[in-house]
Amino acid sequence: MQIFLHLFSDYTLRTVAIGTAILGIVSGALGSYAVLRKQSLVGDAISHAALPGICLAFLITDSKTPLVMIVGASLAGWLGILVVTAIVRNTRIKEDAALGIILAVFFGVGIVLLTLIQKIPNANQAGLDKFLFGQAAALLERDIKTMGIISIMVISLTFLFWKEFKLLCFDPTFGASLGFPMKILDILLMTLIVIAIVIGLQAVGVVLMSAMVVAPASAARQWTNRLAIMVCLAALFGAIAGVTGAIISSTTAKIPTGPMIVVCASVIFLFSLAFAPNRGLIWQSLLKKTKFKPEINEVDPK
Amino acid sequence: MSMNQSSSAIEVTDLTVAYQEKPVLWDIDMNVPPGVLMAIVGPNGAGKTTLIKAILGLVRSASGQMLIYGKPYRQQRRIVSYVPQRGSVDWDFPTTVKDVVMMGRYGALGWLRRPGQQEKKLASEAMEKVGILNLADRQISQLSGGQQQRVFLARALTQDAQVYLMDEPFQGVDATTERAIVLLLQQFREEGKTVVVVHHDLQTVSDYFDWVTLLNVRRIASGPVNTIFNESNLRQTYGGRIGFLKTEQEMSNPQVLPEPTL
Repeated sequence: MQIFLHLFSDYTLRTVAIGTAILGIVSGALGSYAVLRKQSLVGDAISHAALPGICLAFLITDSKTPLVMIVGASLAGWLGILVVTAIVRNTRIKEDAALGIILAVFFGVGIVLLTLIQKIPNANQAGLDKFLFGQAAALLERDIKTMGIISIMVISLTFLFWKEFKLLCFDPTFGASLGFPMKILDILLMTLIVIAIVIGLQAVGVVLMSAMVVAPASAARQWTNRLAIMVCLAALFGAIAGVTGAIISSTTAKIPTGPMIVVCASVIFLFSLAFAPNRGLIWQSLLKKTKFKPEINEVDPK
Repeated sequence: MSMNQSSSAIEVTDLTVAYQEKPVLWDIDMNVPPGVLMAIVGPNGAGKTTLIKAILGLVRSASGQMLIYGKPYRQQRRIVSYVPQRGSVDWDFPTTVKDVVMMGRYGALGWLRRPGQQEKKLASEAMEKVGILNLADRQISQLSGGQQQRVFLARALTQDAQVYLMDEPFQGVDATTERAIVLLLQQFREEGKTVVVVHHDLQTVSDYFDWVTLLNVRRIASGPVNTIFNESNLRQTYGGRIGFLKTEQEMSNPQVLPEPTL
């Protein structure tokens, strides 16, 4: 508990907590859309595909400022999606295989670039490898500012296009018949998901970031049947997982942040999977038992 | 020419649609006069759904012209309502019946504006009309097939259109819902609205509809049910697979349509 009290006094810890809360909120909220559109695996491909983008952005600009990293990661993430789409459209390879291939190829290239960068005699490159598993402790105030501004933009756009995105996720064909440009909305929502993923990369890392897209959203879906509540709950779960994981990892040295945050998110998910009313496993098994009863009664008189 | 165009609710000319060079619809001509209830009938893969989607501009056509009251669909969206196949959406989506019904107003609302009191009122009226007002706040995953179909119909009703295009509304619904849909269709006709329905059940065509288009990649025939809906046309449409014909003799000599060539 004392750790949480430190939040208010310890400047570094507070920065870390704010940063991971932001990434949890954004990845949880936008993750809801990825999960509802059955694009959870796309998130995994995006985060892995972002690594070469981060490396190239560093090689080109010789800078590690958050904005440069985010732009590089976003472009590479988007390129990954475009290649997957092109493969699915123009070949007989199915989407899951295409995602698997792109994820591995981009990540492989990223690791090669990362190794090359580390051999460059330049003190500046230190810390790029933290993008693999994330290091929330390294979050600086400038990182938080960039993350904060981008997050506000992402959340505002999600709110602004609420009705349009709902239509896109539920019934895109009907949406198109109403005259909404569903392709453009699709690209916009996908861009927001890409951004939600890349702003978390520094703290969580490319390897595990996709869990922050899937776990809070899937957990939230267990508790509610309303889109608005699901998005808010997912954001809350994401924030709780982010802050808790970051604090545990920064106070207990040597545990990388990303895995710790993902463990926290998984605990929330498992709890929701088991205990949520209606959709939870325990509730479901109770429901099954009561459902069988009337059937038996009906059969008995015969 | 222009007189002809405006006298049709839907006019399709020379429509060809191909998926990867395989024609799905081949040189379709179809005129639907205003105020008719029309069934589109044909075997699986005949292109019935594609025809509706092509009229709505939802699939790219290789050639052809589709007009609604003489104008392209883009200019007539507000008077057209589309009811997709029930199975085309994920009914486990976290939303309520009322919410889905209100989506019918999204087009009229336009960008960014949210549904308000007016939309809620229209949605309630539509739900009442199809008998699902008591389900308004229910999560859509808890609906039966017939109830799901009524949700889609209520959503279409909120659009208050002149032309309705429905894709298999009778598919997998209970008898009560089927009757409710038929009553709704008849009400549409009384109001002078035009309804095009993709239909599977040949037995009910003459009972439910007054106009029919027989389709199997090509348009076999299109016109009033009592002149068009006969054995010869049906045999042409279904080839040897028709179980509707009564006499064994006619069955023994089925006329299978040749594959269209590009």
